[in-house]
Amino acid sequence: MTSPGVYTVAPIARLIEEFSKLPGIGPKSAQRLAFHLIRMPEQHAHELAAAIIGVKDSVAMCSRCFNLTEDDPCDICADPGRDPQRICVVEEALDVLALERTHSYRGLYHVLHGAISPMNGVGPDHLKIQPLLHRLSSEEVQEIILATNPNVEGDATAMYIHGLISPLGVSVTRPARGLPVGGDLEYADESTLGRAIEGRQVF
Amino acid sequence: MSRARSRTYKTSGVVLRQYPLGEADRIVSILTPDLGKVRAVAKGVRRPNGRLRGHLDLTNVVDFAAAYGRNLDVITEAALRNDHPGSREDLTRLSHSIYVCEIADLFSQERSASRALYLLVEETLEALGEVDDPWLVGRWYEQRVLDVTGFRPQLEHCVECDSTLEPGDHVLDLAAGGVLCPKCRGLGVGQKVQVSESAMRVLRYLQRTEKIVNLGKPTLNDGLRNEVERISSRYIRSIVERDIRSAEFARRASSI
Repeated sequence: MTSPGVYTVAPIARLIEEFSKLPGIGPKSAQRLAFHLIRMPEQHAHELAAAIIGVKDSVAMCSRCFNLTEDDPCDICADPGRDPQRICVVEEALDVLALERTHSYRGLYHVLHGAISPMNGVGPDHLKIQPLLHRLSSEEVQEIILATNPNVEGDATAMYIHGLISPLGVSVTRPARGLPVGGDLEYADESTLGRAIEGRQVF
Repeated sequence: MSRARSRTYKTSGVVLRQYPLGEADRIVSILTPDLGKVRAVAKGVRRPNGRLRGHLDLTNVVDFAAAYGRNLDVITEAALRNDHPGSREDLTRLSHSIYVCEIADLFSQERSASRALYLLVEETLEALGEVDDPWLVGRWYEQRVLDVTGFRPQLEHCVECDSTLEPGDHVLDLAAGGVLCPKCRGLGVGQKVQVSESAMRVLRYLQRTEKIVNLGKPTLNDGLRNEVERISSRYIRSIVERDIRSAEFARRASSI
């Protein structure tokens, strides 16, 4: 592994080191990005720097749904066209973007900022579960959609939340599970295929 | 003439642990019967259309092929054998399954095969999907893991003087790995845990029950359950020298 320290030009070494901290960026990619920045027009570099500083200065969490936002409450919570009686619970803010791209959901969101992962030291108290319970007691909610990831940790999180809110009499649903659109049946794992068969619908 | 070692291998195993890696990959720890614990990269496993997606989830039993790597192997194929559907829809069972995996992860070594440990983990995960009392299976599993990994606590004789223990309350010396008789109670420098006569009976019962099918349905009150769990937990913690993180979640999951 090439150490960023081999560069005698300190600002370049520092830039490579900073890029190396980003997810999915190894030392080689960090070097490529750093040298690309050096070659790019000065104005573009300043715009990139301003965008990085701007995102840290102006983006915060919505105090209601904990989505990332510039304004509090966020655009989704403040939108009167949204159905406030439905809350879709997701693990990360990126999941909100994925669901918004479907144009199929018009309710509100609640971002947990993670999933219960006991082996990695993430328990229920590390997530935004208590604020969700507070929302349920202070808002008129008819349905909670538990859209956590369909894996062991996502399932554990969904079941834990379900256990907490089931006494409140709110309808709790989960997104359907099954075959991805455009995928081949033969490549589906048994678990996905089994759930797809269980959740089949009348043609 | 020496034969070159194959660059790939095929085996089966239980997924014990996983960590996100980069954009869409994961590092998975898989306990195998023939290679011990294997750490490998599963590429693209977090993408909805990833070929390995769905197969390599925590607690799953999988057949897989991997290529040897310098630091980590790379999984090239995986096929799900058992995802324990009986546990996936029940929080108490699922949380105990996660606990089973964490204990197996702590007591297994990379590239050091233990067929007995593998079979025990597979059998316990299967049982957790079916039984009425996951707590009891969890405590039985702890005693079996201690047995197959060489840490079985001495509960029949005094660990200092080897005398047969009389019925009554006793003291477990964590460092010595066993119970002390009243005469030897003052000996030893390690931490000690009080064990009531009832808790001792339960622990011995669990220790003597080698097959899970022979595990009956003993009626244990909450106080006794808490004591047995606390003793086992302290003993295991003294061996692995850290907290078992998923134990607390299993307790909370059982209470809601």
